[in-house]
Amino acid sequence: MIHHLKTFYTIWSRDVIRFSRNRGRIVASMATPLLFLFVFGAGLGSAMSPLAGGNLSFEQFMFPGVIAMTVLFTAVFSAVSIVWDREFGFLKEVMVAPVSRRVVALGKVAGGSTLAMFQGLLILFLAPLLGIKLTFGQAVYLLLLMLMLAAVMSALGILVAARQRSMEGFQVIMNFIMLPMLFLSGAFFPLAGVPIWMEVLAKVNPVSYGVDPLRQVALRESVPEAFLEAMRLNPIAVDVAVMFAFGVAFLVPAIWLFSKQD
Amino acid sequence: MVDSLGQMNAIQVNELVRDFDDFRAVNEISFEVHESEIFGFLGPNGAGKTTTINMLCTLLRPTGGSAQVNGFDVSAQQADVRSSIGLIFQDPSLDEELTAFENLRFHAMLYDVSREDFKRRSGELMEMVELTDKLRDQVRTYSGGMKRRLEIARGLLHRPRVLFLDEPTLGLDPQTRRHIWQYLRRLREEREVTMFMTTHYMDEAENCNRIAIIDHGQIVAIDTPANLKERVGGDLITLRTSDNELASKRLNEAHGVETRIGPEGQLIVETERGDQFIPKIMETFSNGSKPIEVQSVNLRQPTLEDVFIKLTGHTIREQEADSKDRMRQRGRMFGRLRR
Repeated sequence: MIHHLKTFYTIWSRDVIRFSRNRGRIVASMATPLLFLFVFGAGLGSAMSPLAGGNLSFEQFMFPGVIAMTVLFTAVFSAVSIVWDREFGFLKEVMVAPVSRRVVALGKVAGGSTLAMFQGLLILFLAPLLGIKLTFGQAVYLLLLMLMLAAVMSALGILVAARQRSMEGFQVIMNFIMLPMLFLSGAFFPLAGVPIWMEVLAKVNPVSYGVDPLRQVALRESVPEAFLEAMRLNPIAVDVAVMFAFGVAFLVPAIWLFSKQD
Repeated sequence: MVDSLGQMNAIQVNELVRDFDDFRAVNEISFEVHESEIFGFLGPNGAGKTTTINMLCTLLRPTGGSAQVNGFDVSAQQADVRSSIGLIFQDPSLDEELTAFENLRFHAMLYDVSREDFKRRSGELMEMVELTDKLRDQVRTYSGGMKRRLEIARGLLHRPRVLFLDEPTLGLDPQTRRHIWQYLRRLREEREVTMFMTTHYMDEAENCNRIAIIDHGQIVAIDTPANLKERVGGDLITLRTSDNELASKRLNEAHGVETRIGPEGQLIVETERGDQFIPKIMETFSNGSKPIEVQSVNLRQPTLEDVFIKLTGHTIREQEADSKDRMRQRGRMFGRLRR
């Protein structure tokens, strides 16, 4: 048991140390969210009819979506990096060590989730610039929701990467999994009144259930409750329950595939 | 486990097979490695060397046959095999963003080495590979040779009884290669670690106590380097002549020797006492109706390269890059860009 904890800690802390050592990358990774919020959001917002009876700017609407995007990308990239790492990196050393591979996979999920949550936290600091009021309690709530989304996406990343032996499939993952999930999640536009096919796809998309509670909590102090109610897809408890189910559905096969010997 | 001489074998392999889809990478190989011996697997890229190492290290499941390492079965007792071996990979598996100390500490945690043992051993090992003053540096600041030395130190941290080395000096300059070999020999003398290594460098294979020559997934010979070279028979005379075909025929008629054509079109003669045979060759060539002109003559002792050619009929060839090689190259490029 103690050996399992040591293994878990090793895998997790390696990700955290690497991340904290590369400050330049942390700053650079803020470029995309900033572009989305202050260029794309501001530009598109001025061409749109007012949201929530004029109580909500488009940038404010997008804010939780941009958090979700950052968490999603960081988590999946971190998980998919195991493909490379296993063939040519440190993970190869881990694979021959007398450790449980299940624990290695869990440590990887924890590492990726921690990084993704931290990147999401950085976005939270932009809230005042957008005129979004955040209390300390809200921020903690949001961090927990980010961690949940990050863990589910890390598990999905490992599931996709577990049997891959080359980086050739990477572009495929980007184009056919990550971007569709992001666009069909309600991150960048309200899902109310979209065509029925899109509504169906959004319903089976795990990211939808990550964006929805983030939005409800983030905008709680900024938008009158009636409008917020109209925007939401599900009660937060339902979102969390669905996310949990997705998490288990991804994690169990991910761990199994990762542990399988060639 | 125990052979006819009552000696314990560190590695015992019986008719081991590994298939990848319909390609047989390793074809019913059998051999044993004695304790505290340096055993080399010599063969071209794609001969099945890394596949064999991966099976012995429990990274790959054998398709057939069996193998024991330190008395543990590689299929049934994987955890025992893993804790009793160390592995130095073909591609560096250090985390370059981490310091040497962190790389070692993580290894100690994965192998459940106690804190006190870790402190003492990491000090000793870093001293052995002469990296003590670099302990707190990030590995990306290391040269290729330093990284390899650090990997050797790391691989020994949990006191493995068998050390596997997959092409341990690949891509290193000759001086660094000699340096690495000094450590490995010292290691064997001082700690009696058994070493199983793969290589496609002939000169490197000379350092092994015994060599298995492997080609197309099969072992074609196992012996000491000296015995293997004896199989070629005495000396090798290499000739460049105006007419190889005629020269070959004349030598066969006059002296009953077989000749063959080398990779660069030269005529190769295997013979005892080559120094005395050269004048006879000259005499044979100058006699007769049509004298043969000799452009150059070279006399040398056989090398393992000659053994390889004799046994397999071809040189240790450079194979076309497979997808993994391409990925590796891209990775090196990517690594450079990242830095």
